Amino acid sequence: MSVIYFLVQQTMFFSIPLLIVALGGLFSERSGVVNIALEGIMVIGAFAGILFISLVQPALPGQPVLILAIVLSMLVGGIVSIAHAYAAIHMKADQVISGTAINMFAPAFAIYTARMIRTVQQIPFVNQFRIPSVPILGKMPILGQLFFTNTYITTFIGFGILALSWVLLYKTKFGLRLRACGEHPQAAESVGINVYKMRYIGVAISGMLAGLGGLVYVIPTSTNFNATVSGYGFLALAVLIFGQWKPLGVLASAFFFGLLKAVSSTYSGFEFLRALGLPGYTYKIMPYLVTLLALTFTSKNTQGPKSAGVPYDKSSS
Amino acid sequence: MMEGKSGKRSFSGFIEELSGASFVASIASILVGLLVGYLVLLSTNPSNAAQAFKALLRSGIADRRSMGQVLYFATPVMMTGLSVSFGNKTGLFNIGASGQFIVGAYVAILVGVRLTAVPGQFRWVIALLMAMFAGGIWGALPGVLKSLRNVNEVISCIMMNYIGMYTVNFLITKTVFDPLKNQSLRVPTEANVPKMGMDLVFRVGNQTSSANGGIFIAVGVAVLAHIILERTKFGFELKACGFNKDAAKYAGINERKCIVASMAIAGAMSGLGGALLYLAGSGKGIDVIDVMAQEGFNGIPVALLALNNPIGAVFSSLFISYLNVGGFNMQLYNFAPQVIEIIISIIIYFSAFSLVLKTWIRNLVSKKNKSRVVE
Repeated sequence: MSVIYFLVQQTMFFSIPLLIVALGGLFSERSGVVNIALEGIMVIGAFAGILFISLVQPALPGQPVLILAIVLSMLVGGIVSIAHAYAAIHMKADQVISGTAINMFAPAFAIYTARMIRTVQQIPFVNQFRIPSVPILGKMPILGQLFFTNTYITTFIGFGILALSWVLLYKTKFGLRLRACGEHPQAAESVGINVYKMRYIGVAISGMLAGLGGLVYVIPTSTNFNATVSGYGFLALAVLIFGQWKPLGVLASAFFFGLLKAVSSTYSGFEFLRALGLPGYTYKIMPYLVTLLALTFTSKNTQGPKSAGVPYDKSSS
Repeated sequence: MMEGKSGKRSFSGFIEELSGASFVASIASILVGLLVGYLVLLSTNPSNAAQAFKALLRSGIADRRSMGQVLYFATPVMMTGLSVSFGNKTGLFNIGASGQFIVGAYVAILVGVRLTAVPGQFRWVIALLMAMFAGGIWGALPGVLKSLRNVNEVISCIMMNYIGMYTVNFLITKTVFDPLKNQSLRVPTEANVPKMGMDLVFRVGNQTSSANGGIFIAVGVAVLAHIILERTKFGFELKACGFNKDAAKYAGINERKCIVASMAIAGAMSGLGGALLYLAGSGKGIDVIDVMAQEGFNGIPVALLALNNPIGAVFSSLFISYLNVGGFNMQLYNFAPQVIEIIISIIIYFSAFSLVLKTWIRNLVSKKNKSRVVE
C-alpha cells in the first residue's frame, strides 16, 4: 500500500505543473492566441521565484516565502507574456515567431543574469516547503495518506485554479466572451466585445499560470535551478491539445501523463514490474509512446478553437 | 551546367524577394537586437562592454580558423533550419527536428563505426544516406498520424522528440558505447565526411578549424530544396497545401500525400544534419544524457530569420553561427556567452513585426512615387 501512496504523491509532482500550465495555455488559445512561449515563460517564472527564495530564505520561514515567490513568479510570467500578446495582437505577428523568441530569450536571460550576479548559473535553494501531513485531513484513513501527506500547498493551488478556470470559462459572461473571441472574433466584435482586450487578458492569464507552473515544477523535483524546466512547457501544450482545449479534459490528460511519468520514475518499487525484467528504457519512453498511441485513437474529430493563431484585424472585418 | 544555372537563378530570386520592404525590416530587427545586446553588456560591466562588443562583432572573421569554425557550427543548424523551413512552407510546424536530428546522428555513427566491411571513403556516403532515411521515417510518422488520424503534428513531434532521445540513448549503450566518456564511440577518421580542402583553407599555422565538406552538402541541399519548392510541380503542390488546404483539395491535390511527403523530407534534412555534425571529424560523440539535442530547436530561429526561404536559411545559419563564435570569444572579457541568445531572440521578436513594418515602409515608398505602377 505504501508504494501506492508514493506513486500518487509522485504523480502529483508531475501532474500539477502540467495542469496549471496547460490551463494557462487554454485561456490563451481560447481567446485566439496560440502560446508556444509557455516553456520560456515557465523558465522565467521559475527563475524569478527561485532566485527570490534563495535570497530571502535565510531570513524568512518556509510557507510565507513560498507564497511570496508564487506571487512573484505569476507577476513576472504575466509581464513576459504581454510581450507575446503585443506581437500577436497589435503587430499581427506570426505567433510562432514571438513565442520562439521568448523560448530562446528566457533560459539565456536566466543563465546570463545568474552568472553575472552569482558567477555560477545554478541557483541552489533549500526545499523547506514540503508538508509532511496536513493538520486533521492528513489523519483521515487512506485519503489522508493519499492526498494530504507529503504534499505542497501548490498542489491545492493547482486544484483551486482548475475549479476557478471551469467556473470562469463556463459560468460567467467573461468566459463566454473569451471563448467567442477564439471562435469567431468578427462576430464577437459585432456584438460589442473588445476582441483585443479579451485576447490580452487571455494571454496574460496564460503567462501568470505558466510562470507559476515553472516554480511549481522546480520546487519538488530539484534543489538547484539550472534555467530549465525540461520541456514541460511543450508537454503542457501537448496536454492542452490532448485535453481538447477543455478544463476537465486537461485535468484528465495531465493526470494520465503524470501517472505514466510517475510509474517511469518509481517502477523499481513495484514487485510485479521488477519481475518483468524490462530495461528502464521501456518505462522512460512509456509516457510519450502511450500518449502518442492514445492520440491516434482519440484525435479523429479533434478541433481546436477556430481562430486560434489567426491575427484579428479590426479594419478588415 | 544546368545545375549551376538554376542555382544562380534561385539565388537572384532570393535577392529579389529580399530586396525592398522585407529586407529593410530584417536589417532593422538585426540592428535593434545588436543594440539591446550592447545595452545588456553595458549594464553588466560598462568598462569592458565596448571591447567585448567588438570581439562579438569581429571574432567570426578575425582569422581563417575562426571563419572555419563559423562554417562548422553553421552546418548542423543550417540543416535543421532547412527542415523547419520546409515544414513551414507546406503549412506544418516541424518542432520535431530535435528527435529527427538525433536519430539521424545515431544511425550515422552506427554505420560509421560498425560497417567496417565497406571502406571509409564509401562508408560516409552510406552513413549520410541511412541517417536521412532514419530521420525521414522519424519525420514521416507524425505526418502519417496527421493525415490518417488527424493527430496535431506539434504534439506528435514533441512526443517523437522524447522517444527519439531515449531510444538513441538506449541503443548507444547497446551498440556503440564508450563507458569511460559516457557517450557514443567516435567515428574513425577515414569514415568521416571528407575535408574537401577546407582544412587547408581555414587554418592558422598548425591550428586547424573543424571546417569540412559538410558545409557544401548542406548548401547543396538548400539549393535543391529551393529548386523543388520553386521550380517543380511537386513543390507547387506542397506549397499549395500549406497556403490553402481547401483550395488545394479543390484543385485535385492529394493533401494527405503532401503532408507525409513534406514531413518525410523535413525529417530527412534534420537527420542529415545530425550525421554531418557527428561525422565532421571534430571528435564528437553523442552524450548519453536525458537532454534533447538543442540543434533541433535552434533550427526554428534559423528558419524564422530566413522567412522560411531555403537559401535564406544558409545565410541565417551562418549569421547565427557567426554571432556564436563571437560570443565564445567574448568570454575573454568575463561576459557570459548567453548574451548572444538574448540578441538573437530580440532579433527574432522584432522580425515578427515585419508585417506591420513592411506595410509601413511600402506606404512610405508608394507615397514618394505615386506615379509608378506597382507590378
